[in-house]
Amino acid sequence: MATLTLNNVKKSFGKTDVIHGVSIDVEDGEFIVIVGPSGCGKSTLLRMVAGLETITDGEVQIGGRRVNEEEPMARDIAMVFQNYALYPHMSVFDNMAYGLKIAKVDKAEIADRVNQAAKLLQLEPYLTRKPRELSGGQRQRVAMGRAIVRKPAVFLFDEPLSNLDAKLRVQMRLEIRALQRELGVTALYVTHDQVEAMTMADRMIVMNGGVADQIGKPLEVYANPATEFVAGFIGSPPMNFLTCGLIGETGDDRIGIRPEHMRLADAGEGRLNAQAAFCEVLGAETLVHLRCVDGTQVTVRQDAAKAIPDEGTNVGLSWAGANEMRFDSNGQRI
Amino acid sequence: MAEHTGMVEKRGAGLWLTHLGLIIGVAFIFFPIWLAFVASTVSQPEIVRPPMPLLPGDQFFENYSKALTAGINAPVALMLGNSLFMALGIAIGKIAISLLSAFAIVYFKFPGKKLFFWLIFLTLMLPVEVRIVPTYEVIANFGMLNSYQGLILPLIASATATFLFRQFFMTVPDELAEAARVDGAGPMRFFFDILLPMSRTNIAALFVILFIYGWNQYLWPLLITTDPSMNTIVMGIKQMFPSGDDIADWPVIMATSILAMVPPVIVVVGMQKLFIRGLVESEK
Repeated sequence: MATLTLNNVKKSFGKTDVIHGVSIDVEDGEFIVIVGPSGCGKSTLLRMVAGLETITDGEVQIGGRRVNEEEPMARDIAMVFQNYALYPHMSVFDNMAYGLKIAKVDKAEIADRVNQAAKLLQLEPYLTRKPRELSGGQRQRVAMGRAIVRKPAVFLFDEPLSNLDAKLRVQMRLEIRALQRELGVTALYVTHDQVEAMTMADRMIVMNGGVADQIGKPLEVYANPATEFVAGFIGSPPMNFLTCGLIGETGDDRIGIRPEHMRLADAGEGRLNAQAAFCEVLGAETLVHLRCVDGTQVTVRQDAAKAIPDEGTNVGLSWAGANEMRFDSNGQRI
Repeated sequence: MAEHTGMVEKRGAGLWLTHLGLIIGVAFIFFPIWLAFVASTVSQPEIVRPPMPLLPGDQFFENYSKALTAGINAPVALMLGNSLFMALGIAIGKIAISLLSAFAIVYFKFPGKKLFFWLIFLTLMLPVEVRIVPTYEVIANFGMLNSYQGLILPLIASATATFLFRQFFMTVPDELAEAARVDGAGPMRFFFDILLPMSRTNIAALFVILFIYGWNQYLWPLLITTDPSMNTIVMGIKQMFPSGDDIADWPVIMATSILAMVPPVIVVVGMQKLFIRGLVESEK
C-alpha cells in the first residue's frame, strides 16, 4: 500500500510524442481509472508506471520513492493483463505462486498466500487445473490472484475486462472494486469503457491524444467537463452539441446539453426546432433521436411515461440555461 | 448406416478400393525390407543360389550375433553405439543451439540483429555437401578426424531449427514475457521456466527429425572417419561390401541393415504422439 505520484510524465517513440506530460497524486488506497479512446496513450501511461516502457521525461514515484530506473519487480507493483497472460503449462496454483517462488519466499508461506487468494476469489476447486481448462471469468480471477499474492503497493489493470462477455463484465467490475476496497491497495485501471470508468473510479483521468484532459471524481467530471472532448466521451448517450448559430446567437462557441436535460415541446415552442427521426424504447426511459435544420443530430432522454413523437413530426426543444455548457473553438470550456 | 455417419456417407466399394490401394502401397514399400530380413536369417549358400528364399530361415541368431560381435570391419554393436552417439549429439546440440539463437533473435534488441538473422538464414543454402571440402579442412586442422567432435560439430549449426523456433516464439504473446518480468523473472529464467516448457512439443518433433537426419548421415562420416572403430552404421554397411575378389557375407550385411533400421523406428514410434502434436497444434 502506497501513494503513487506521476510528475509531468512524458513519452515519445522516436520523434513522435505519445504522452505530453501527465501529473497526478494518487492517495493510498485510491482507485484511479484512466479512460480514453484507443490510441490516446492510456495503456502506455500504465506500462510506464509498471516499468514495461521507459519514461522519456518526468518522474514516477511509488510510496514517495522515484522508480523511473527500476525493473518492474523492484517497483512493488502487480499487473493484470488484458489477455490475462497466464502461463499455459502451469497449474493455477503455480501461476499464482511463480512470482513468490522467484522472490524466494518460504514454501509454506507461498502455499498459505496462494490458498488465501484462492479462497478470496473462489478458485479453490481449480488450483490444480491448467489455464486452458478454465472459463474466461475464472482465468480473469487467476490473473487477479497472481496480482494479489504478491501483496503489492499498487495494482495495475490493463483493460482486464474487455475479453469477457457483457454480463460477466458487469459482475467482475463489482468484484474487482469490492476486492480492491477490501485489500485497500492503490489501483490504476485502464479502460476504454466510460461506464467502467464511471462506476469503478474514485477519481478518473480522461485522456485524449496523450493529454490528460481532466482528472476528477466521476460525478464531478460528468457534471462539469473541462473540455468538449470530455463532455462528449463521458456519458451515454453522449452530450448534444449545437453551434451558436442554430439557436440564434453569434460567435464560434459550441453549446453542449446532456440528453436528460432536454425536453420535448410542441412545434414552434422551446429554443430550437427539430424533426423526430427515430426512437429507442429502453423500458424505463426512451431515447428520442432528432435532426435539426442544419443536420445536427440531437438525442433527448425522457421518461418512458412521456409521449413519444411520431417519426417525421416537428417538435420544439427546450432546456434550462443552467444546464448549458459552452465550449470555445479549441474545445475548452468557457 | 447413412443416417448417423453424417459427413462420410458413401462407405461401400470405395472403402475397399482405398484400402486395397493402401495395402498394395505398403506391400510395395515393405517388400524389400522383408527380403532383407529373410536374407539375414538364412545361410550364405541359400542366398547365392536362385531362387531367393521368401520365408525366414533358421540362421537368425547365428547371423545377428556374428554381426553384433564381429561384423566385417568392426562389430556392429560398436558402430550402432557410434551412430547413436552422433545422432543424439547432433539432435540435442542442434536443438540447444537453435533454441538459444531463436530466443536471442526474438526477445532481444542488439546491434546487427537483422544481419545475424540473415547470416543464420543463409546457412540454409549451404548444406554439408556444398561446404564439405572447407569443412573437412577446418576439422582436420583442429585434429578432430576420427573423433566424435568431428562427427557432430559441423552438423550442429542449423538454420531450419532456428527458424522453426523463431516462428514459434513469435506466436507466444508478448504479455507472457511482460508478466514474467513483472513476476521478477530474468531473461534466462523466463527462457527455462516458461519458453522451454511451452516449446516441448516442437522440441519433440524436431528431435525426431534431427535424430533421423543425424542417423542417416553418410558422406560426412565416410570422409572423416578412417579408423573402423569410429565408423557409423550407415557408412559401415557400405564398407562391408566386398572389394575385388572378396566374397560378400550377405546374411551378415543384411542383419546389419536390419539392425541399422531399429533405432530410428524406436524413436519415431516412441515419440509419435508428441511428434504429431508438435507438428499440428501449438499450445498457447
